[in-house]
Amino acid sequence: MRYAMAIDTKKCVGCSDCVVACQTENNVPIGYCRDWVVEVMDGTYPQLEIEIRSERCNHCENSPCVRCCPTGASHYSDGGIVLVTPDECIGCGACITSCPYDARYTHPEGYVDKCTFCIQRVAKGLQPACVSVCPTKCMYFGDMDDPKSDVSLILKKRKYKTLIPEAGTKPQLYFLI
Amino acid sequence: MREEIIVSGRNNPLIDPVLHIWHWQIPLYLFLGGLAAGILFFAALYRIMGKEDKYPAAVKIAPLLVPVFLVLGLFALFLDLKHKLYFWQLYTNIKLQSPMSWGAWTLMAITPLSFVYAALHIKEIFPKWDWKFQFLKDFEAWCNKYILHMSWIIIVLSVILGVYTGILFSAFNARPLWNTSILGPLFLASGLSTGAATIMLLSKEKAERKLFAQIDLLLIVIELFLITHMFMGFLASTQVQIDAANLFLGGPFTYSFWIFVVALGLVLPATLEVLELRKYHVPVIIPAGLVLFGGVMLRFIIAYAGQASRWLY
Repeated sequence: MRYAMAIDTKKCVGCSDCVVACQTENNVPIGYCRDWVVEVMDGTYPQLEIEIRSERCNHCENSPCVRCCPTGASHYSDGGIVLVTPDECIGCGACITSCPYDARYTHPEGYVDKCTFCIQRVAKGLQPACVSVCPTKCMYFGDMDDPKSDVSLILKKRKYKTLIPEAGTKPQLYFLI
Repeated sequence: MREEIIVSGRNNPLIDPVLHIWHWQIPLYLFLGGLAAGILFFAALYRIMGKEDKYPAAVKIAPLLVPVFLVLGLFALFLDLKHKLYFWQLYTNIKLQSPMSWGAWTLMAITPLSFVYAALHIKEIFPKWDWKFQFLKDFEAWCNKYILHMSWIIIVLSVILGVYTGILFSAFNARPLWNTSILGPLFLASGLSTGAATIMLLSKEKAERKLFAQIDLLLIVIELFLITHMFMGFLASTQVQIDAANLFLGGPFTYSFWIFVVALGLVLPATLEVLELRKYHVPVIIPAGLVLFGGVMLRFIIAYAGQASRWLY
């Protein structure tokens, strides 16, 4: 099993619903966020091109955060989801520093926190909160090992890219282009 | 033109707009750890070579400071932790791929050893010191019997400690400035150099001061060589590492790095040491103080600049 997410940059309008849904579902402390929306503007007026991406932890297959964690608090869970066990985390910041996507932060209680692909929902067969609320249905989530999953089907049809593949992290967030 | 902005207003504390998760605690600890490693290295080296009477400051006096440096450094590390009460989790497993785990275990081994080594030499400062209890006296005699074995262990651990202070940074490929294996040897050389400077400060023997001035001079030359190589490597590498080098070549860290680290921390003390070796009289506090100052600045600037360097996508 290998969970992954695909985000259609052609359909995303940057409404930030995914961000609010995540904060609500996961009780993210005020002033923090586990996912965010990036807008890239390319070119010179009037030849402009825009790309909008909803970003979060890439749940990398070769995670620098899991590698750098001195206690094993950062670990791979079912389906390659990268998680932090709060009671094992010492809050040293090594994983935060090691993440090229800056996807982690220190929770006000001291441990490190991040996107969990809403593992509590996924375990029940539901979609992650961000995917389930997207008004343009631009996000796809599922098991890459299952050829019939939403994410496998859309990646077969469309061209896609990942973020900083040259960092060697094997990210599992696919952006349809 | 390409402009990239987070439109959902992400402002995670200590992460945005640029990473600033590590403050003074980490570079201070790296300095103290490197200094402790340097002093222990020379103490163990000259102990093994049987020169404890020729170089008393290196073998017997300077190591008395090491427990203080290590405890202060560890305390700084502890202050840096955000989930402090769980610090003991460091010692529930060994993670070979995590430099921080290596460091934690090395410190676990070298700190008590440094206390024992210092205790064996406390009579150098307090000649009337009495251990009071017979079992402590027995333990002291036992340690003195095996002091050469202990020195071999210390010399290996001190090199690991010195290299680790650099590897800690270089393991993070997310920060292109740190992601160079030169940092390990550079921080080791700098740690040995600050250790030699401390021994120079404490030494009362002319021959010993001369030897450590020569050692320090050699280490400074090695550091300058490694810094040159670091920049050559960056400039011949990928765009993110070129950008990282440019933090020091016209970027925000240019003046602080070239003035405080290279000019005041390396070139000036080296010049003064050359003058001293050529029989001009230079008060030892000036070159030694400058080397220590340069060591502190190197860690602080690399720590802060590294967090400002990043991948762009």
